[in-house]
Amino acid sequence: MTSALSIRDLKKTYKNGHVALKGISLDVARGDFFALLGPNGAGKSTTIGIIATLINKSGGEVSIFGHDIESDPAAAKSCLGLVPQEINFNQFEPVEEIVANQAGYYGIPRAEAFARAERYLRQLGLWEKRRTMARTLSGGMKRRLMIARALVHEPRLLILDEPTAGVDIEIRRSMWQFLREINAAGTTIILTTHYLEEAESLCRNVAIIDEGELIENTSTRQLLNTLHMETFILDIDNPLERLPELPGYSVRLIDECTLEADISRDRAMNQLFQDLSAHDIKVLSMRNKTNRLEQLFMRLVEGNGNTGVQA
Amino acid sequence: MTPQQKFTAFRTILTKEVLRFARIWIQTVLPPMITTALYFIVFGNLIGPRIGEMDGFVYMDFIVPGLIMMSVITHSYANVVSSFYGSKFQRHIEEMLVAPVPNYVILTGFIGGGVARGLTCGIAVTLVSLFFTSLNVYNLWVMFSMIVLTAILFSLAGFINGVYAKSFDDISIIPTFVLTPLTYLGGIFYSINMLPEFWQNVSLANPILYMINAFRYGFLGISDIRLAASYAISIAFIALLYGFSILLLRRGYGIRT
Repeated sequence: MTSALSIRDLKKTYKNGHVALKGISLDVARGDFFALLGPNGAGKSTTIGIIATLINKSGGEVSIFGHDIESDPAAAKSCLGLVPQEINFNQFEPVEEIVANQAGYYGIPRAEAFARAERYLRQLGLWEKRRTMARTLSGGMKRRLMIARALVHEPRLLILDEPTAGVDIEIRRSMWQFLREINAAGTTIILTTHYLEEAESLCRNVAIIDEGELIENTSTRQLLNTLHMETFILDIDNPLERLPELPGYSVRLIDECTLEADISRDRAMNQLFQDLSAHDIKVLSMRNKTNRLEQLFMRLVEGNGNTGVQA
Repeated sequence: MTPQQKFTAFRTILTKEVLRFARIWIQTVLPPMITTALYFIVFGNLIGPRIGEMDGFVYMDFIVPGLIMMSVITHSYANVVSSFYGSKFQRHIEEMLVAPVPNYVILTGFIGGGVARGLTCGIAVTLVSLFFTSLNVYNLWVMFSMIVLTAILFSLAGFINGVYAKSFDDISIIPTFVLTPLTYLGGIFYSINMLPEFWQNVSLANPILYMINAFRYGFLGISDIRLAASYAISIAFIALLYGFSILLLRRGYGIRT
């Protein structure tokens, strides 16, 4: 079975000589929920721009559901829905028209286009705003409008380039749920995000691009398994002036009521709690210091020589 | 895409373009009516009687076709250049580029919008002229065909300007420094037979002269230029600009990185 997306030796050199992609090869399986990660300037948006035919490639091949974007662009484009990073709709058009017009560009008749626009605007909580000029929408609404617009022709592959950037947590979580549902219904999704919690929560497979090269391409679970050490923050009940001896653990006192502990993944945590109890220290709550994927991301990208990363 | 789907895409772009200028009719349709009313008052009513007849017609009647044509030229050009540049500036041209719409459908959609605005303004100016003079119609077919060809031609010119434009200044330079002088020197207010021979020959290099004269023929049955030459020039320019526009779209000039 052909992949939803197949990229072979993709290269891009811009006119100013900047080499954005140095020969990336990647496959995304049908039905996958795939994360494309990387620091700023790594080449993620260039890759997406080439897939969407908004950027001309310098070399290599890209096919969407077996349709080459160069030799069979119409078929390839019909399979693809794109939610770009930047707002790119006409700010002076009503919401409903933006979505219905997009359907029209795919040859969907006007009546059907408006019916679909209604369906997706309702699903994304924008139906009440259908007659509103797009420029007056909030940031989160504008993002949801771009998702509705990308889905209106019912693409088999949906690419979202940082869809939740600048969106508050409540809307972000409702967008996650919506994306899970359309993925469960069969749409392949590729996501780029700076919120690694988002990738960890949603995506089954992950690729990391750095400086135009693919430095990791595996399943999210496998990637997380390579994490040997995790750091936890422990909130304790009684203030401590000095940390007691806890042999075998690396524990630090952050403030009088907070401990930070590095714990190896192959070590049970029960012993730590027993040792803390022995010193009459009660743990009220515990959480990860950083997102697990974020730790891995930093390690991989720093290992690739990039020190100016922004996860 | 099937032919039916391509037609749907064309109709979508055309509808979007028409709604765009209709929403802002105060900026797009009203100004030519006011400007032309002033021309009629100043040149037709106040100065016209002192000028007397031009090619056997009262001056007011002589300038009406030229003023209608000027409005069509200006507004078909302005519609496409501002709409296309705006779609580049706000990046919503990408909505069409990611879809499987063929380049010629995108182009004809924008041109359709330009023609629609050009004709709307032309009709509006014609209605205004009825307050000042009665309309003669000598040959309706010539009148209609020439105004449509002119609107297509200047919509294409506006499209090319929009493709090359990198700032809002760039979309006003050509209309101000090229289009307006050529239009005014294209025989709206005078017959080129009034000019010395040298300037008559120079005027023949101005393509707008051919269109205004053919259009005037449709109204009054007079023209400084042979009708066949006017059609040949208009169709040749349309073919040239259409081919060039398609080439620009295919190369993605100014719209793809």
